[in-house]
Amino acid sequence: MSARTTALRLIVIGGSAGALDVMLELCAALPDTLTTPIVIVLHLQASHISLVPELLARTCRRPVREVEDKLALEAGTVYVAPPNYHVLVERGATLALSVDAPVHYSRPSIDVLFETAADSFGAATLGVVLSGANEDGARGLARIHRAGGAAVVQDPATALYPTMPTAALAAVGRGAQVLSIAELSSLFARLDGGMNLHQDSLR
Amino acid sequence: MTAVVPTLGDAAVSDRELASLLESIYRVYHHDFRGYAEASVRRRMQSALIFFKCDSIARLEQRVLAEPALFGELLRFLTVQVTDMFRDPIYFRALREHVVPYLQTYASLKVWVAGCATGEEAYSLAILLAEEGLLERTMIYATDIHPDSLRIAQDGVYDADRMARFSDAYRLAGGRGSLGDHYAAAYGGAVLDRRLRKAIVFSDHSLATDSAFAEVQLVSCRNVLIYFDRALQDRAIGVLRDALCRRGFLGLGLKESLRFTAHAAAFSELVPTAKIYQRLV
Repeated sequence: MSARTTALRLIVIGGSAGALDVMLELCAALPDTLTTPIVIVLHLQASHISLVPELLARTCRRPVREVEDKLALEAGTVYVAPPNYHVLVERGATLALSVDAPVHYSRPSIDVLFETAADSFGAATLGVVLSGANEDGARGLARIHRAGGAAVVQDPATALYPTMPTAALAAVGRGAQVLSIAELSSLFARLDGGMNLHQDSLR
Repeated sequence: MTAVVPTLGDAAVSDRELASLLESIYRVYHHDFRGYAEASVRRRMQSALIFFKCDSIARLEQRVLAEPALFGELLRFLTVQVTDMFRDPIYFRALREHVVPYLQTYASLKVWVAGCATGEEAYSLAILLAEEGLLERTMIYATDIHPDSLRIAQDGVYDADRMARFSDAYRLAGGRGSLGDHYAAAYGGAVLDRRLRKAIVFSDHSLATDSAFAEVQLVSCRNVLIYFDRALQDRAIGVLRDALCRRGFLGLGLKESLRFTAHAAAFSELVPTAKIYQRLV
């Protein structure tokens, strides 16, 4: 097996019940030197307005914005999926929206974001699955892992709702990296584009 | 880079094969998906591969070319078919408050719902116009590329459970009565009022290959453009613009925008939060 030296180019994060607090903590930990774009799917009750971008922006040192159709990914920007739309990552490093059927009763779906991220950014993708009460994200994280990207899962023991991280772990298998909330925070504080996903320790 | 073992639906959709499939569909069946946003088409074709038990897009292409009936089924994967009534009530409320006063000044009205899928949005608009006293003088054109969806739309019969769920949206959209005033229960479903069905003409039209066919005062084209790439978005918006009369109205999906398109300067934002635009010239 040749040495993998893929630099990190895209971070995708998915979570559901019990994940908002963790996301707030992780976004607060991001360094202001971050150059990698981050795309977030957080399941919410369908409503046309989401307060999540505003909440995250309060503590995040990087710009936070809600995804709009055909938005070009910009360095070090945090993007949040709008309620009631799937977010897809296009090859040309833009984001697209869709109103395709919900996946795991969810729209936005973590699987849709993660699978298209894997297709578009392959081994340069870091996927993170947080707390949640259903299995969305498991297939997508496995796909990121198979494409050579890094698969990180919140330690189910530290998750308010362990179903989602447990399912993701089962789908990825041995290649998944299980991190506590404190370890996730420390990882996010160190994130930058120069990070080598496969040589640098994520813990 | 190390090769990873592809599982079905992972690497099975190669760029070249996907382009070839879409080219063949255009050549043989005259449906043009070549300008569709790629990630979405790729995802849908991954589902189609599993459904049709094909191990590659090349194989699927062979079968689609050999079996016209299979293309009919594949079309289900390439288009969105189900929508909701009064989806995004804020949009319908804004139409009532900001667009209806203009529409009232016309002696006769034409409205175009572009990309109507199974018709829920066209009926929502018909209900709104009926409640504002405008339906009698309005002709609604509702178009889509999917013949099965158009048939469902034409019938105007929806699941009774779904109608019950649309009631909340109807109220939030500023409905003046009850949604139940507009349909009758029959055959375990909800049949929309004949008056509404009579006001709508459902027909085949493609924003990718056809042009404008009538002059209309209002175009509603919501969550259709998100499936197109930038070039096709520009083409499609051009068609909608051609169809609009001077100072006519264009409604888009809440997360869609004219901002980055070639036509941004031809419209003003009438209600930015509801994505309702007005043609300037």
